[in-house]
Amino acid sequence: MQGHDPAVDEQGARRGFLSKVMALAAGGLATLAPAGAGVWVLLDPLRRKSAAASFLRVTEIEAIPDDGVPRQFPIVTDRVDAWTGFPAEPVGAVYLRREKGSDVVQALSATCPHAGCFVEMEPAEHCFRCPCHNSSFTLDGGIVAPSPSPRPMDELECRIGHGGAVEVKWQNFFTGIAEKVARP
Amino acid sequence: MSTAQRPGGGGLLGRLADFFDDRTGYRAILHEALYERVPGGARWRYVWGSTLVFAFLVQVITGLVLWASYSASAQTAWESVYYIQHEMAGGWLLRGIHHFMAQAMVVLLALHLLQVVIDGAYRAPREVNFWLGLVLMMLVLGMALTGYLLPWDQKGYWATRVATNLAGLVPLVGPALQQLVVGGPDYGHHTLTRFFALHAGFLPAGLVVMLVVHLALFRKHGLHAKQPLTRPDAMFWPDQVLKDAVAMLAVMAVVLGVILVPAVRTMLAGGTVVPGELGAELGAPADPSLPYAAARPEWYFLFLFQFLKVFEGWGASGEFLGAIVVPGLVMTVMFLMPILGHWQLGHRFNVAFTFGIVAGAALLTGLALNEDYYALWVDPASLAEAERLDAETEGDAAKLAAAVGGDPAKQAEAERQIKRLRKVRHSRAFLAAARQAKVDAARAVELAGRPERIPPAGMLELVRTDPASQGPRLFAQHCASCHAHVDPTDPAAATALAHSSAANLFGFGSAAWMRGLLDADQVGGPAYFGNTAHKEGDMVSFVTGDLADADTWSQEDIAAVVAAMAAEAGLPEPDVGREVVARGRDLVSSGERCGACHAFGDNGTDLGSAPDLNGWGGREWIVGIITDPTHARFYGDSNDRMPRFGVSDEGESPALTASEIGIVADWLRGQWYRAATH
Ligand code: FES
Repeated sequence: MQGHDPAVDEQGARRGFLSKVMALAAGGLATLAPAGAGVWVLLDPLRRKSAAASFLRVTEIEAIPDDGVPRQFPIVTDRVDAWTGFPAEPVGAVYLRREKGSDVVQALSATCPHAGCFVEMEPAEHCFRCPCHNSSFTLDGGIVAPSPSPRPMDELECRIGHGGAVEVKWQNFFTGIAEKVARP
Repeated sequence: MSTAQRPGGGGLLGRLADFFDDRTGYRAILHEALYERVPGGARWRYVWGSTLVFAFLVQVITGLVLWASYSASAQTAWESVYYIQHEMAGGWLLRGIHHFMAQAMVVLLALHLLQVVIDGAYRAPREVNFWLGLVLMMLVLGMALTGYLLPWDQKGYWATRVATNLAGLVPLVGPALQQLVVGGPDYGHHTLTRFFALHAGFLPAGLVVMLVVHLALFRKHGLHAKQPLTRPDAMFWPDQVLKDAVAMLAVMAVVLGVILVPAVRTMLAGGTVVPGELGAELGAPADPSLPYAAARPEWYFLFLFQFLKVFEGWGASGEFLGAIVVPGLVMTVMFLMPILGHWQLGHRFNVAFTFGIVAGAALLTGLALNEDYYALWVDPASLAEAERLDAETEGDAAKLAAAVGGDPAKQAEAERQIKRLRKVRHSRAFLAAARQAKVDAARAVELAGRPERIPPAGMLELVRTDPASQGPRLFAQHCASCHAHVDPTDPAAATALAHSSAANLFGFGSAAWMRGLLDADQVGGPAYFGNTAHKEGDMVSFVTGDLADADTWSQEDIAAVVAAMAAEAGLPEPDVGREVVARGRDLVSSGERCGACHAFGDNGTDLGSAPDLNGWGGREWIVGIITDPTHARFYGDSNDRMPRFGVSDEGESPALTASEIGIVADWLRGQWYRAATH
C-alpha cells in the first residue's frame, strides 16, 4: 500500500498496531483456558501425599533367630494407588536381626540409600550388597568404604507389641544424600 | 553489514534474533506465513478454517494431558476417567473442554463445509484440497467416534457396540473388519487399547499430515474470495487474524459457557458446586450384563441412528443399506462435487444437495429427539381414553370396532390415539432408562469415593455387589412378583399392595414393620398375611385374638416385644432403653406367650412350628429364609409358595447366588455405603 497522505498512513499504522495487539490478546486468551487447565491437571501429583508413616506388624519375635544374622520380611499393608485400593499387599521389605539373648530387634530398610535399589544379603560374605552399584554394608547396616552410598542403611523404628509382635515404622527416605531425611 | 543495519537492531534481543535468522531464515518464513493477501479484505465468513485449526490445537493440548492420566484397560479406563473427573485438580475442566470442543469441532466442520460449497471454493484448481477436506472431516468424525468409547461407561460401551456391529455389515470383509477394530471376538482390553491408539495416535497423525497438505494447498491457491469484492485487499496479518482470533475466542467462550453455566445456576440457587459434576458426563461403568435402554450415540450422530430406523423391518440388508450404502453414496456425491461444479447447474445442484443433507440430518435429529422425549410434551390426561380402550381391547381390531360402536371414523380416531399412546409409552421407557442411568452413574461415583477405594478388579465388581443399586434390580426380578416393597404411608401403596401376594417387605426388620405385624387390623391385611395361605393361620388368629385382648397383652407388653424384635434385627432405631428390650425378650421367649410357637433364646421350643425368632430380621436370618424358606428354622412344611432361592434343585444352579442373596438382604435392611456428605 502506497500511502500519499501521511495522516492517513499514520492512522492506518495505528489501526494496524491495535489490530495486532487485539489479535494476539484474543488468540492468547482463547488458548489460556485449555493450556491453563492442562497445567492445572499436570500439577495434580504435587497435591498427593504418601500414606502417613505408621507402625506395621511384621512378624513375631520368635521368628527372628537371635544369631545376629538379618532375616528378610515383607512389609504387608493396605495400599492405595490413585483410584485402586489394594487390601493387605506386600509393599516392601525389611531386614530384622537380633543379637544373642537380646529381645531388641534391629530393623533395616531394604531400600538402598544410594539410589533406591533393593539391597540383598550376601550370606557367604557376611554382609549386605546392593546389586546396582555395589554398595556394601555390614550386617548391622554400617557403611563399608569405599561406597557409592553416602550413608549407612536406613534403620527403621521398631518396637515389640502385644504377644511379641514385631512392629516396624514403615517409612521411605530421600536417597543419595548423607543425612537420613524421611519423605513426607 | 554493521549490526545497526540489521532488522533486529542493536539490542541484545535483536542480535539474538539476527543470529537465529541467519541460521534459519525464520523471518522470511514468518513473513510468508503472515503476509498473505486477502482479496477484498478480511471477512467473517473466512474464519471457519482457522477456528477448526484452533479447535484441533485445543484437542491436542487437552488430549495430551488427559493421556497423561488415562489408563486404557477394561479394569482401569472408567476408573482413571473417574479419577480425572472427580479427584484430580482441574480434571473436570480439562475433560469438559476436550469433550465439548469435540462437539464444537463437528459444528465448525459443518459450517466450514457449507461455506466452501456455497462459495464454490471447491472449483478448479482447488479440487484436491476439497477432497482433502472431506478426508479430514472423516478423520475428525472417526476421532469423535473412538473417543466416545474411552471412558468405558455404559453409554460409550453400548453406542460402540452398535457402531462396530454396523461395521460388521460390510460385505465380505465386514466380520473380519469388526474383529480387527474390536481387537478380538469380544469387547475388552484390546477394544480400548485399539480405540485409544486410533483416537490419540493413528487418526490425529493422519489428520496432521492431511492438515499440513490442506494448508499448504490453501496457501498455494490463495484464499478463494467471495465475489464481488467490495473493499480493498488486506493482509492476512493482522486483519484476518484478528477476526479469526475473535472467532476462536468466541468458540472457547461457548465451550466454557457450556461447562460453567450449570455452576453459576447452582450458585444462584444457593447450592454448592461440586466440580466433578461439571463438564462432561461420566456414566456408570460399562456392564455387558446390564440392559441399557438409554443407549444413544452422541447428538451429532443421532441422525444416522434415526436414519437406520427408516429401514426397520428390512432386516440385515436394510441396516446395510442405511448404515453403509446410503452414507457411502452421499460421500461419493460429495467427492464428485468439484467435478460437477464445472457447470453452473452442477454448482447449483451441489449447494442444493448440501442443504438437503443438512436439512435431512436436522429433520432426522428432530425426529429422534421427538421419539425419545415425546412423553414430555403430551398431556397425560389426553391419553386416558386411549389407555382405557387399549386395556379393554388388547390390540384386537374387532374388539376395538365393537368398543366404538362400529363407527369406522371413530375407530380410525381411536387407533390413532392408541398409536399415540404407544409412542408415549416408548418415550416414557426411554426417559425412565435415562433417569436410571443418571442414578446409576451418581451411585458409581459415590462408591468410587469410599475410603477403601476401588478394588483391583475394577469398579464393575463394586457396582455389581452394591446393595443400593443391585438390590432393587434383584428384588424386581425375583421377589416383586409376590412381595411388595412400598412405604405404607405412600398414597400409592394401596394399589401396589392389592397386586401383591405376599408380605410388604418395606422396612422389614424395623420396629415399624413389627408393630404392623402385631396390629390386629393389619396382620390379616395385604401388607402382611392377607394375600397368603397364612391368612387363616395361627399367627393371624393369635394377633387378632389373644394379642388384642388388653387383659393378657398390655400396650407396654406389645411395645416391649416390638423393641426386642427390632433389637434382634439390629437396624438403627430410636433408643427405648435396655429394660424395655429385656422385658420384650422375656415375653418373646416365654412359653405362655410367643415362645409357645416360636423358638427364641433358650426357651427350647422346637423348630418347625413357627419361624425361629433368634436374629429375626438380621442379615443372617434374611439370607437364611431367602435361601430356603422350607427349612425348619422358617416355614418348614407350611411354607406358602416361596421358592428356595439358594438351593439347587436336581442339579440346576440355584436361582440366586449366595452373594446375590446377601445383596438383597443388605438392601432390605438398608445397609450400604453412603458418602458422609449425603
Ligand atoms: S542404588 Fe544401591 S548402590 Fe546404587
